[in-house]
Amino acid sequence: MAKKADETFTPTGKVYKSTTLPKPTRKKHTTLGLKDEDLMPVFRNMYLQRRFEERAAQMYQKGKFGGFLHLYIGQEAVSASTVHVLNDDDDIISAYRVHGLALARGTSPNACMAELYGKKTGCSKGKGGSMHFFDVERHFWGGHAIVGAHIPLGAGLAMANKYKKNGRIAICFFGDGAVDQGSLNETFNMAQLWKLPVVFVVENNGYSMGTSVERHSAGQLHKRGEAYGMKNGVANGMDFLSMVESLKDVVEEVRETSEPYFMEVKTYRYRGHSMSDPQNYRTKDELEEFRSFDPIERLKDYILKEKIQTQKEIDEVIEEVDQEVLDAIDFAEKSDAPDDHELFEDIYVQEDFPFHK
Amino acid sequence: MAIVIDMPKLSDTMEEGVIAKWNVKEGDTVSSGDIIAEVETDKATMDVEAFDPGTVLKIIAKEGESVPLGGKMAIIGEEGEDISDLLDGDDGGGKKSEPEKKKTDDKKEESDSGKSAKKDSEDGDSEDKDSGKKEDEEFDPLFGELEDDKKSSASDDEGEDESRIKVSPLARKMAKEQGIKLSDVKGSGPNGRIVKKDIESYEPSSKKEAKAEAPSGKAAAKPSDASNYEDVPISQMRKVIARRLGESKFTNPHFYETIDIDMKKAIEVRKTFNEMPDVKVSFNDMVVKACAVALRRNPKVNSSWLGDVIRRHKDVHVAVAVAVDEGLLTPVVRNTDSKGFSEIGAEVKELAAKARDKKLQPDEMEGSTFTISNLGMFGIEEFTAIINPPNACILAVGAIRDVPVVEDGKVVPGKRMKVTLSSDHRIVDGATAAEFLQTLRSLLENPMSMLL
Amino acid sequence: MSEKQFREAIREAMVEEMRKDDTIILMGEEVAEYNGAYKVSQNMLDEFGGKRVIDTPISELGFSGIGVGAAMNGLRPIIEFMTFNFAVVGMDQIINNAAKIRYMSGGQLKIPIVFRGPNASAGQLGATHSVAFESLYAHIPGLKVVYASEPYDAKGLLKTAIRDDDPVIFLESEQMYGLKQEIPDEEYTIPFGKGKIKREGDDVTIVAHGKMYHVAKKAAEELAKDGVEAEIIDPRSMKPFDFEMVIESIKKTNRCVIVDESHPFAGMAAEIGFIIQRDAFDYLDAPVQRVTVPDAPAPFAKNLFDLWLPDAKQVIDAVNTVTYRN
Repeated sequence: MAKKADETFTPTGKVYKSTTLPKPTRKKHTTLGLKDEDLMPVFRNMYLQRRFEERAAQMYQKGKFGGFLHLYIGQEAVSASTVHVLNDDDDIISAYRVHGLALARGTSPNACMAELYGKKTGCSKGKGGSMHFFDVERHFWGGHAIVGAHIPLGAGLAMANKYKKNGRIAICFFGDGAVDQGSLNETFNMAQLWKLPVVFVVENNGYSMGTSVERHSAGQLHKRGEAYGMKNGVANGMDFLSMVESLKDVVEEVRETSEPYFMEVKTYRYRGHSMSDPQNYRTKDELEEFRSFDPIERLKDYILKEKIQTQKEIDEVIEEVDQEVLDAIDFAEKSDAPDDHELFEDIYVQEDFPFHK
Repeated sequence: MAIVIDMPKLSDTMEEGVIAKWNVKEGDTVSSGDIIAEVETDKATMDVEAFDPGTVLKIIAKEGESVPLGGKMAIIGEEGEDISDLLDGDDGGGKKSEPEKKKTDDKKEESDSGKSAKKDSEDGDSEDKDSGKKEDEEFDPLFGELEDDKKSSASDDEGEDESRIKVSPLARKMAKEQGIKLSDVKGSGPNGRIVKKDIESYEPSSKKEAKAEAPSGKAAAKPSDASNYEDVPISQMRKVIARRLGESKFTNPHFYETIDIDMKKAIEVRKTFNEMPDVKVSFNDMVVKACAVALRRNPKVNSSWLGDVIRRHKDVHVAVAVAVDEGLLTPVVRNTDSKGFSEIGAEVKELAAKARDKKLQPDEMEGSTFTISNLGMFGIEEFTAIINPPNACILAVGAIRDVPVVEDGKVVPGKRMKVTLSSDHRIVDGATAAEFLQTLRSLLENPMSMLL
Repeated sequence: MSEKQFREAIREAMVEEMRKDDTIILMGEEVAEYNGAYKVSQNMLDEFGGKRVIDTPISELGFSGIGVGAAMNGLRPIIEFMTFNFAVVGMDQIINNAAKIRYMSGGQLKIPIVFRGPNASAGQLGATHSVAFESLYAHIPGLKVVYASEPYDAKGLLKTAIRDDDPVIFLESEQMYGLKQEIPDEEYTIPFGKGKIKREGDDVTIVAHGKMYHVAKKAAEELAKDGVEAEIIDPRSMKPFDFEMVIESIKKTNRCVIVDESHPFAGMAAEIGFIIQRDAFDYLDAPVQRVTVPDAPAPFAKNLFDLWLPDAKQVIDAVNTVTYRN
């Protein structure tokens, strides 16, 4: 044993296993407080997130725009359930895999696609790009691309809410890689000490870029809350109704007690970390296994099984969304690029600016 | 509608991809998101997915073939659809899809290919020219600049000395403004850098002047395009001017004081005089007379530097600068202070005429104790003059100007004239000069007092 | 007018602003119950309570980031660092978040936050506790940087900083906290980007900010005995910087010495020097000189430390060089 440990530091040969997913809920939507008519909009939005990103990938591969492109495909139940459970004025902040959350929050596909294209009509005026979607009007605070660096920002949003006694809570998403950052530990300590109304959510999709969670994090992720006396738990991110079940209670409790909560959501991304990821760290079998729990398919099947909508009605919605996304591409392509002066807008610039003469 | 699957950008840097494997064959149905092929990029083997559902109608690029970015790989559509349009000029084979690249609507590619085409033609042009070729041969990416330096310094002999002189930017600017040749100035700064102080205290010795003239004379004599200039022989008068005034300017420490004089009364008095028959008095005559009286009252100004002593002249002899064709002459009105306006006027008139006719005798130009230069008739408001040795001072007289003046709290039209006294600091100090100017002003402002 | 210490001036600025605007909070290590490590925030907890004067754990990254988040969401936090040498562990929050989020969001939000605390060396504290950070922060677009040298300036500038909607780095000095100056009793502010000619002279322009102003002042007094009249410009804010005042002064003096407590390489002095050579080229009678700490960390040993820190003699030497008196 000792000899073997000497041969390597980081564990090898470990992958993310679907068996770690919590069992999905058996509760009906009505038990979870959802009406029949609530489900189709959720389905529509989850499908919009997916179709948007598929087309975005296609346009990226056609060289229509540059930069990074991190796809959320596979994780749509997390964003959809969050927006469903939260109030419209609760504050959401996330990391760089952010298209899904923005679309869930209601930022238009046009504004999102235009942002990918770097156009002035983008949700950040073309100055943020894929990783920095912002829609502050919808209490969507970005899009942050330094891993773990926005975790204290989430706590700060909550601090201001508590200070202003406005009844809002904050929810802060990050990936499993961010759990390893010092920022998480400093923030957790203060959030618990200061009793900040914030839900920290790690979207554990199994891989910190190409390193499986088993290879980059010691212990279970949600247990990191324990050290600070922070309540914590695990949720199934591949199933919308399970997410609603888990989040609902947590959000209520955080709002009521003004104490933070750390939720580990087990989920999976179907695509690579970025668009140039050969994904040699996982097998196709593993990918297929997770795809068999696809959250969008599950919700569709549920809707059909419960006879809430017919296949034909669902097909119509799909067709509608397909067209909406194509329209978004058209919108983005036809939009103007930001004006040159935008280079010096939204940032302090000395009046008699001597540096660019 | 059938859709072309073209080679996607699967890595930031790939320009082409090799089809490693097709996961579908013609006739298969695919859904959006299906992995239809594997492509070897410059970095790794990557999956190619279908973004639209349909039937594989045509596999254009075979396994092992290389397809450029954006090149056609396959066509997906509805079974039985006519795809001849899409296949036009492209009957299989990835390599042949090259021309298609230019047809894509990718602006970036278009502009790139446009650029390269232009470059090609430019290269072609330059090869035709010998000079272009020569340049190519001589160009050395590492030492190119060095070569350039050599060339420019070889072709620019005159500039060389100046350009290698160490001089502060301020001193360089000052030298340029004052027409001082930097090569004549000795730098006192680190490594001989010429600094402000050196320009301020610069005095050309005649030796230095001669030295400075020699190379420039040489340069002028150099056979180049003779139509660019005309060499004018230096007249005796110019030589004298050059020597005397050069000496004066560079050996006598000049300083300058300007005073503004109210000429209202002078104008009135002159008018009264000129109403008398046979009398013609000019402002200049009045200034000459005023200076003479002022000199009498301020004898320190009526002096000369003789090296070991300062000579105070007992007589006042005012010289008046007269412009002539070849330069200027300074005939002297002797015992000026004892003469009246009209006497002075007549004498100046006569001397000036003689000067222009080159009939002035040397003794008519010698022995002055003070000089006046008047450019008022040219509209010059004020200027500084170079002292006429061995005088201690020279007065530069400007034009009489119409200016608004405040009298009893009201703005009324006024007449003003500026005079500037250049003084040799070795003889005259600032306060002495000022006292002289004050006297001069009060005389001209109350002209009748001159007659007393 | 009444005489105030530097620390009191800063405290007054914070207290006066906090009385007017209840979205302003003060956060940092030992700011509340301990009354401030350097007594800057003395009695502020008593007046404003624990909701607005907040003790933090030693987590510079954490509380800087929480401050930025709170600023995004409507508060106006003042973050006190016990020294900016400790802020290095939280620098990601300042450089990547505070400075950039407004820009990246296309201007959808503002980040009114002040990061303040002592900067640079304070005697023999060793290499990690002696760094002057103004050059480093001034390098980052989106940050305003202030380093006051006297109580009057400090109070007026800090009030401006607190009212500013952009992040401001406000630098102080342990060694200046006790410095006294008469300051007005009535309200005043000082705009950023406006320097002050603190001594007039015709022979040389000395640009010196923060603690180095006092070094320059001492040098100027010595030089005056020798007949050299130095003009001292305290730019007061590093970014924006009052280049105009410096250029105008050089047109008169034709020479300039910059005294900067930063390291020389790519420091403030280098930037100021660049602008001077471009905009005052034809007025220079000598190359611009700078006096900075060397390109070496602060040593502990007394003799080495004294060598390391700029002093009046170094400034006098530099003035002698630019006036060709060497």
